[in-house]
Amino acid sequence: MFWDTLGYIVIAVGVSFDLLGTIGLVRLPDVYNRLQAATKCVTLGTAFLLIGVFIVSGFNAMGIKALVCAAFVLITSPTGAHALARGSHRGGVKLWEGSVKDVYAEDNPE
Amino acid sequence: MKFIGEFIILFGVWLLLTWTLAPAQVIAGAVITLLVIGLVGDLFVFKARALNPIRIFWAILYVPYLMWYIILANFDVAYRVISPELPIRPGIVKIKTSLKSDMAKTALANSITLTPGTMTVDIKDDELYIHWIYIHGKDVHQWTKSIVGRFEPMLRRIFE
Repeated sequence: MFWDTLGYIVIAVGVSFDLLGTIGLVRLPDVYNRLQAATKCVTLGTAFLLIGVFIVSGFNAMGIKALVCAAFVLITSPTGAHALARGSHRGGVKLWEGSVKDVYAEDNPE
Repeated sequence: MKFIGEFIILFGVWLLLTWTLAPAQVIAGAVITLLVIGLVGDLFVFKARALNPIRIFWAILYVPYLMWYIILANFDVAYRVISPELPIRPGIVKIKTSLKSDMAKTALANSITLTPGTMTVDIKDDELYIHWIYIHGKDVHQWTKSIVGRFEPMLRRIFE
């Protein structure tokens, strides 16, 4: 009973972070800022969700799979964001006009 | 040595994912593990010195340390997202790292991406380009200090 409650609380926290991440995806101005929201809130949100599943189901096939998936999400998500950001910049996607600096563009002229 | 290390890691992941010791599953796992090592085994970076207990100790310590900063990062970004005036001052800055090995730089780049308001865009030798959602400071030294200062000492103990 205790573990079920704890698991559901962790899942609820994860879903809340996922929700904030998606709000960020809509509100923030450009690709790079949106990736920030997508990598931080959504990574942790999804990891929490999967850890919650592990707490509820315990040491069985489903729980362990969820735990291993959480580890993979934490490793692959920043790598994917990095590839997307680099690809966008190289592909000529401009930063939002309110941005203060772009050292990457200064160091890599077209 | 490299082969044994790869086999233990991949077969371990297989056992965790299937979570059964039924002979059919174990044999299938062993065959697939060998197949994967044969196809892409060259891509793995596996060094015997990774088994050094002091490195493993620091690596285990690094997980909760990083977790703490990831949670801080989430509240930071969540606050920026839901506050009505959208307090962001984004841009791409450059920092220098003193880490040498590729493994350490990759770990640093991923740690930076997961932590407050920063995201790695590109790595060139010892320079990392970071997208920062709210830029503080003026030059490479100040940026370096506030972004990588908290990770470098631990990563150096783990990887170098």
